[in-house]
Amino acid sequence: MLTVEERQEIEAEFSRYPNKRAVSIDALKIIQRHRGWVSDESLRDLGKLLEMTPDELDGVATFYNLVFRKPVGRHVVLVCDSVSCWIMGCESLCKRLAMQLGVSLGGTTSDGRFTVLPIVCLGACDHAPTLMVDNDLHGDVQPEKLDELLERYK
Amino acid sequence: MEKPLTKNIPSNGDGPLLLAAYESAGGYESVRRALQTTPATITDLVTKAKLRGRGGAGFSTGMKWSFVPMGKDAPRPKYLLANADEMEPGTFKDRLLLEGDPHQLIEGMIVAAYAIQADIAYIFLRAEYTLAAKRLSRAIAEAYEKHYLGRNILGSGYSLEIYLHISAGRYMCGEETGLLNALEGKRANPRSKPPFPQVSGLWGKPTIVQNVETLCNLPHIVNNGPNWFQNLSHTADGGTKLYGASGKVKRPGLWELPMGTTIREILEEHAGGMRDGVKLRGLLPGGASTDFLTEQHLDVRMDFQEVQKAGSRLGTGTMIVLDDQTCPVGMVWNLERFFAQESCGWCTPCWSGLNWAERILRAMEEGRGQAGDLEKLEFQTKFNAPGHTFCALAPGAMEPLQSALKYFHADFEQHIREHRCPWR
Repeated sequence: MLTVEERQEIEAEFSRYPNKRAVSIDALKIIQRHRGWVSDESLRDLGKLLEMTPDELDGVATFYNLVFRKPVGRHVVLVCDSVSCWIMGCESLCKRLAMQLGVSLGGTTSDGRFTVLPIVCLGACDHAPTLMVDNDLHGDVQPEKLDELLERYK
Repeated sequence: MEKPLTKNIPSNGDGPLLLAAYESAGGYESVRRALQTTPATITDLVTKAKLRGRGGAGFSTGMKWSFVPMGKDAPRPKYLLANADEMEPGTFKDRLLLEGDPHQLIEGMIVAAYAIQADIAYIFLRAEYTLAAKRLSRAIAEAYEKHYLGRNILGSGYSLEIYLHISAGRYMCGEETGLLNALEGKRANPRSKPPFPQVSGLWGKPTIVQNVETLCNLPHIVNNGPNWFQNLSHTADGGTKLYGASGKVKRPGLWELPMGTTIREILEEHAGGMRDGVKLRGLLPGGASTDFLTEQHLDVRMDFQEVQKAGSRLGTGTMIVLDDQTCPVGMVWNLERFFAQESCGWCTPCWSGLNWAERILRAMEEGRGQAGDLEKLEFQTKFNAPGHTFCALAPGAMEPLQSALKYFHADFEQHIREHRCPWR
């Protein structure tokens, strides 16, 4: 079941678009903001509200890189692996990150604190290599200072 | 040298101008001027200014607007969309405009919307631009409060709503028709053209999609006129351009310079040249989907025509620099992996071809390259050439590949011959 709050937030989006379906991406993100990810059950509930089948909605959900269909950790680390960051050493940054957290790309730490995902160019190429933790962008990331950076996210 | 696009952007990292300060700096003057004249006059000004789209394709802005049905019988509502889905690898110019001067974008959008008599506008923003989202939301709210947006703007009788749509991430959303589908709450597959969006776009209504930097130029064209705009440029295309450089240069960054500034000036003067110990091997002049240029092209002017003559495209104007200690095959593999992953799967040459190209390049990098691989890659560059696919993603993906095969042929051969990447 969608919570009252989720429902209200989704319905508030209706005024900005001419039909309910158009709200699907915003709605998926609203659910994700509250629950961390989008479960099959959430898809079914949301489908009823938006007058879409769960399949139609899943087709949308799985298309977009930042809609999570599996549970993620408390913080999501997005490491840029596109060309400028690659030139500036994102491969060693990824290795360091994997070593430090004990997970490979796509994995979640056993304490549920971090999920590490690759991401396409973050549009901060003058500060490559870059990564984001939740909503924060970090540029000129030095592998040896990752510890310090991650410390801020409990 | 005038820098209209970035004049209000604080260089010390401070937040953008709020509405009152923006107005004192001459902000929203172009809206007042535009509302006092006819939409056709605005379109005419923009056509005369020779403003070309800054998102990559370089289409004439005035001409694009001229296709929109006008008058009493035109279908309604009409839409204006700001494409702020900056996801072309190596491109970070719109971020500066969005974070640094959000009111400039809103002002430009009002001008464009008035010219095509749009009723509703959306800013389509990529999800990762979280700071831009915050600043745009505040600027939109401020603009509504002062009646630059909403019903009957400044008592003119013209009305416009602007909504901020934050995407959920996919390169295809930046493609004009993919963006329409994404806004409609669908997968961002491309649509076949015709019908063109100007006639039948968002929800089947007339729609104009413009890049952020393009829109930001409009207030200045309205305020200062087409001749002034032309004179900003070194070449036939009007205006200034946000140029950038990333990779192993001394000072990676972004600079507003006259359109047609040479690659050499951008690279050597503004980016400070290559870092100590590395040499230039090549560069992608305007993002991941442009052909490589090399040292012989340093004196090419970065405008639409000259870069094309040199065998590449101006694209987004933000160059990615390849140095002599980075593997060109590895770089192309990285690019093709991006394109293969971001392909929406809608048409066969793209989803199939890009994956083949990616696998062959990966094999080369991992020492599994074989005789015949280069011919297979050459085939893909033809198989995915313009005209074979619904949209420009695959043809764009082939640009760095086909030019790398030309300029770095020996490196590819070495990978196959020695069964290893010499840089790994």
